[in-house]
Parts: sequence; structure tokens; C-alpha cells
Amino acid sequence: MREIKVFSYVDKGTIIHKLSGVSKVLCFLILTFASMFTYDLRVLLVLTMISLIISYLAKFPFGRYKAFLLYFAIFALVNSILNFLLAPTYGVEIFGSAHVIYRFNDFYVLTQEELYYQLCKIIKFLSIIPIGMLLFYSIHPSELASSLNGIKVPYKACTVFALALRYFPDIQKDYNNINLAQQARGIDSSKKASLSKRIKNTSKILIPLVFSTLDRVELISNAMELRGYGKAKSRTWYSYRPLQKRDYLAILFCTLVFMAVLFMRFAVVKNLFWNPFI
Amino acid sequence: MEETIIEFKDFSFKYNAQKKPTLNNINLKINKGEKVLIVGLSGSGKSTLGNCLNGLIPFKYEGDITGSCKIKGTETRELSIAELSKSVGTVLQDSDGQFVGLNVGEDIAFALENDNVKLDVMKKQVKEIATLVDMGDFLEQSPLEISGGQKQRVALAGVLVDDVDILLFDEPLANLDPATGKTAIALIDELQKKTNSTVIIIEHRLEDVLYRHVDRIVLISDGEIILEDTPDNVLSSDVLIKHGIREPLYVSAAKFAGVKITPDMKPSSIDTFKLSKDDKDQILTWAKSHMEIRKKDETTLLEGKDLVFSYDEKKKVINGISFEVKKGEMFAIIGKNGAGKSTLSKLLVGFEREDAGTIFLNGRDIKDDTIYERGKEIGIVLQNPNQMICNTFIFDEVAYGLKNAGVKDEEIKQRVEETLKICGLYEMRNWPISALSYGQKKRVTIASILVMRPKIIILDEPTAGQDYRHYTEIMEFLEKLNEEGQTIIMITHDMHLMLEYCDRCITIVDGRIYFEGLPSSVLVNKEITDKANLKMTSLYDLANMIGMEPNDFTQSYINAERSLRHARD
Repeated sequence: MREIKVFSYVDKGTIIHKLSGVSKVLCFLILTFASMFTYDLRVLLVLTMISLIISYLAKFPFGRYKAFLLYFAIFALVNSILNFLLAPTYGVEIFGSAHVIYRFNDFYVLTQEELYYQLCKIIKFLSIIPIGMLLFYSIHPSELASSLNGIKVPYKACTVFALALRYFPDIQKDYNNINLAQQARGIDSSKKASLSKRIKNTSKILIPLVFSTLDRVELISNAMELRGYGKAKSRTWYSYRPLQKRDYLAILFCTLVFMAVLFMRFAVVKNLFWNPFI
Repeated sequence: MEETIIEFKDFSFKYNAQKKPTLNNINLKINKGEKVLIVGLSGSGKSTLGNCLNGLIPFKYEGDITGSCKIKGTETRELSIAELSKSVGTVLQDSDGQFVGLNVGEDIAFALENDNVKLDVMKKQVKEIATLVDMGDFLEQSPLEISGGQKQRVALAGVLVDDVDILLFDEPLANLDPATGKTAIALIDELQKKTNSTVIIIEHRLEDVLYRHVDRIVLISDGEIILEDTPDNVLSSDVLIKHGIREPLYVSAAKFAGVKITPDMKPSSIDTFKLSKDDKDQILTWAKSHMEIRKKDETTLLEGKDLVFSYDEKKKVINGISFEVKKGEMFAIIGKNGAGKSTLSKLLVGFEREDAGTIFLNGRDIKDDTIYERGKEIGIVLQNPNQMICNTFIFDEVAYGLKNAGVKDEEIKQRVEETLKICGLYEMRNWPISALSYGQKKRVTIASILVMRPKIIILDEPTAGQDYRHYTEIMEFLEKLNEEGQTIIMITHDMHLMLEYCDRCITIVDGRIYFEGLPSSVLVNKEITDKANLKMTSLYDLANMIGMEPNDFTQSYINAERSLRHARD
């Protein structure tokens, strides 16, 4: 079995990696909120730039996430097309003008306003996606768990999350073993068998998988209880990294970006959208 | 005046799900600083006794308690698992499964985290304890990156951070190769001396635990304490064998030869074991009368030639292995954890494909056979039966492979019943599998492969986690199959198994064959045992004591063991 890395945390030792988990989660949330508050293309472009610069600083390996990025691109495109099919004049309604590019029929009219609206939406996604992926790439799972607990997520939920990541490779290994042993006894769950057969055969793998996983769960919960898990209302985290100067700076920076966005939104443009058509 | 730290008084426990009590009228006192070994078969109640100490009973596994069980003067049932964990540190059998952190440091820190210990204090303490068990340089490693022995050290450190008075080990040797097991026992001994703690070891591998001094052995059978005494006294009686516990090899060899063992011969360790001149002569005469070697068929059934394989193209897990398995042979593949023995078996059944080299079955290259086609010729029984069983009833599980192959119902019925009879499961054929014990489940998985009539059966650690009685049951069953002509390959790090049952073996070290030949020659060769993380048997030392070639002596012992087994049948 080839080892598959689910959680691709790699400590590259960049400035981003050195930030504490709490500040990373906070910065992510602040920037996401910032982006949610605006549809101003200029602001969104600036946010996207910031997001890309941060990814660059963290040496984020975009190449390794090609499949994911492609999936995202397709998703965004389909989303835009569906939007157009359902409400082709939404852009016109928002901006109050209509620069027609092409008229399919009375209902489907392609306008510059609609294209501009869809562009804003895609850029909005783009401003968040890289830092979202970055969060998972640059933060150790346990540290993430401790950070989530730091922002008041109940600690039991956080441990469940960390444990899922700890045992995922083991369960995956079980699955592979079971699957191969089944094949040796004449069960074909490979692409050669028909779909209905494959579904039926996969269900045969699930029985042993569930049973061996239940064994595992019992063992883990015993091991945890025997070491005092769950007795107190709170717990500390070995992987927690206390905030340092750079963390405060990072949070300050993101907060400033957020304030700037709010300023643009409520004091300058005074609208969710920035209208280039007037 | 010695201070009592644990005291059972007329203690009985019955699980809610069971009719009869699992522990019956236990009376046992353990003093502070004592080292006690609890032995007994699976199901004898020895693990239940351990769980009564750490609080899993009655807080997790509920049931009825009568009598009293006190730790440091307090009834355990008045405490909680968490409170008890401050006095009793438990190291469980499966050191991989109990690794709850994503790296070593985090796992050691787990108890401290739950105690809300401040980060800087915690880091310091973790570093200290990790250094104590020699893991100080591995704090950042993930569980995937360290060995089984190291995981056990981490588990031990994880309970030591609590500064416990009592260390409880539940079958600490079960998942370790022999050399690592030996180190583990030495480590437990050293730690006990350093921390002055009370140590309780639950284990059925008696000889391995006795590698270091033990104060007392407690034998449990059917929920009752049969005997508690010093190792020297216990080994001088026949009570262990009667209750299905294996004696150290040197003791059983001496007993085979008719030597009467007495406590003043100090039989608890081979290093202290004293034999008189007469005793030595008696053993020598006995050994010389048992020296013949069995001859088997010489037709080659399976051949691997220059096999090479790697998972990641960097490290070659299998690095040029060639070997032959003869028809009707009981063949063992041995080596330490991670040496490549399981990978080799995966190549043979086609779960993985070799990067180079060829596998011949009856002289035919089987490169193009699918997993299923190979499965019909070379069946594999996985270590964990729960990973194989996918039907609710025994009959269906055994019939499963035949059904998939489209065999006619009548023939299925006939073949399944025949196989169930061989495996001693016929009476239970309509039982649900969930009602079976672990050992019985194992037999079901063997039956489900056997029914396909493969030319070769491969078993991955067939006796892992089995006590001596069940081990003997499984192995005698396999031996019977073998005598009827079934070729069997076993992957194991159980040295007794290899020594007593196998005709030939290969020892794999770092993906290469380091030794090929008779099992009796492996464990008397220090160079091989060191390389392969094995352990020299005590028969080697006994042979030297009586002045006989260790090779020959070991072979005599194996022969005597075998004929004794056959006499029993």
C-alpha cells in the first residue's frame, strides 16, 4: 500500500508556519469576513493579491493541488452558468443599466453587467480559497485542534477532529487489506465489475471494516480514559504555541485590512457593489 | 514492616453480560515495590483482574462486585478511572492503537494536558520523561515513523508522567519481536528500580518475563487464584503445564529428560539454574536418543527468484530475495518487524507486484495471474480475523469463496462440511460468528481459505495474541493439515512456533535473506539472532551446560516435543 498523506501539513519553517495556530485561524476568519463584506471588484482584487502574497510567503505548492484547483475552476464556471440560466438579468437589476452584448431571446440577454457581476463573484472565491487551503497546509492538526479550542470550540470536538486525522491512515490500511483479501476470495471491486456489483461488493468490505474499526475505537477510548481524558472542563494542549509579537502583528494587519474594507464599503462606495457603469 | 499497596479481599466480579462471575473469591496482597507476574490463559480472568485495578472495571465495563479491592487503602469503586490513573499507570497491549497523539511529545503529554498543566511546565516534564525512556530525541516523530518497541516506550512514558506508584502492563510482549521484548523487560526492570514503583505484569510468555527478576508469580485459572509463589517454587511444580502455561524451554527440556526440578536448583533463570553432574548426564543421554531429522518431499512447489520490490522507489523493502518452498513443507518466514516478511507474502499472493524477479508455482511463471487466480492456488489468512470475516454465519463465511466462484450448491455443501469437520467447527456450522472466541474466529478464516483447496496456505502471525493452550490448538491443527500434505508458509516472529513446527525457514534482514535452513540452527547462532532481532533460546545455554552441540540439542528437543504431541493425539 502506498502511503497517502491526507493532511498535507509540512513544516517548511516559513514566517507563516511560525505563526501560532490561533493567530492563523483568527487571520483566516478575519480575512474571510472582510471578503464577505464587499463585492467591490477593486477591493476584492487587493484581497486576492494579499491572499496570493501570503501563499507565496508560505511556499504553498500550488502544483500539488492541481486537481483541487481544477475542481474549483469547474465548480465556479458551472456555478456562473447556472446563475445566468436561472437569473440572466441579475446584474442589470443590481447596477440599473444594461449594456447588451448578445440577445439570445427575450429572456436570455447577455449583458456586460451580468459578466461583471459573475467576475466579482469568482474573484471573491479566489480571494478566500488560497488562504483556506493554506490554513490546512501550514498548521499542524493538533495545533489546529488546540487553536479551535482556543476560540471556544468545545475541546472534545477538537480531540475528535485530531484523532480522526491520527487514525485515518490506519483505517485506510485496514480497508486496503480487507479489499485485497476479498479479491483473493473472488470478489471483484475493481473497475472491471459492473457498477451494481461493485456497490454490493463494497458493502461486503464494510462489514469487516466496521468491526475492526469498532475494536480500534474501544481501545482508543480505554487508552484515553486511563490517562484521565474527559475528567476536567478544560484541558491544555502540548502543541499550543503561545502568541508572540509576530502573531499580534499578523492579527493587527488583518484587522486593518478588514477595517479598510469596511471603510470602502460604508464610507466611500456606500454600497455592496462598486458600479463601473456610471 | 512491608506496606500493602493493593489488597483484594474475597473479591468477585461478574460482567453484566455474563451469567457466571469472571473473578471468583480473589484474595491477594501486593506490597509496595513488589514485582508480580500474573499468568493465566485467555479468558482465565487475568486481564479482568488488571482492569479492576485501573478502574475500567466497574466504571467502563459494568458488573456486580462483591468483596473488596483496595488500592492504597481506598476501595477502587469509590474512586473514578481518572482518580485511579494517578496511582495506577496502565500500558495496554497494543502500543500502536493506544498512541493517541500525532507525535511522540504530544502522546507523552496527554495525561498532563488533561490535568491542565501549564505549557512550559508540560514541555519540561515531557522532555524529562522522554529522556528517561530514551525517546528524548524523538519528540517530533509521528507514530508512523517509529518502531513497535519505541511506541511501547512512549506508552510507558505516557503513564510515567503521572508519577504513578503502580505500573500495570497488560501483555506487554504480545506485539514485539523477541529481541525488542527482551529490551522491554529490561527497561521495565530499570524503571522500577529508578522510580521504586510496584510493577504488575500480565503476560503468558513466562520465560521472556523471567529474563529479569520477578518477586512472585500469581497463576489464575477460571477466575480463581490457583497459586502464588516465588518463580523458583512455581517452576519446581507441574502446576503451570496443567493450567496451559508454557514453562521456560530449559525447564521443560530438563523435565523431558526426567530430571526432578527443585527450588534450590534456582530454575527461575537459566543463569542461576544449577544442575548436578548426574542431571547433566541424564539430559545428555536423553538428547542423544532423539536426534533424527524428518525427511520431506523434495519437489519444489513455489519458487521466488531475485525478487525486488519497493513502495516508494527509494527504499527497497525486498531487495533480491530467492527461495524455494518444497511440496508438503511447513515453511517459516522470520525476521523483525518491518524487515519485509509481510511484503514478501503480499508479493506471493499478488496484493503487490514485484518490480523485478519472478515467482514460479509448479515451475510456471504466475506474473499474469490476477489476485483471484492466485488466490485459488495460494491462499492467505490475514493476522486479524476481523479483517476477513464478512458473513454472519459460519457456514456462509466458509462457503463464500466457493459461491463467488460459481460452484454448484451441492458441491459447496459437501466441501464446506468436509472442511468444517477438519477444522473442528462442524458442530457449530449454524452459529453466528459473533458468538465465537478469537481463536475460533481464526479457525473460521483458515477454513474459509482451506475450502478453496489451495496448493499453499500462507498464514500471517497465526498465533499472535494467543495463549499457550490456544496456540497449541491452532498449531496442532495446522500440523495435522500439513501431515495430510498441505504446504504451509508461516510469517512469524514467534520463535517457539518456528522451532517446534517448521521444517525450514528463511530469515529476512533488511529485505534480504540472511539465513536459510533448519530452524534449530537459527536460534543457536548469535550472529543471526542479533541481525534479525531474534533471541537465542535458553536451549543454547542448556546445551553448553551439559556439553552438547547446541544445534543437535535443539533438534533433539524439537523431536521430543513432537513425539510427545503425537503420543497425546
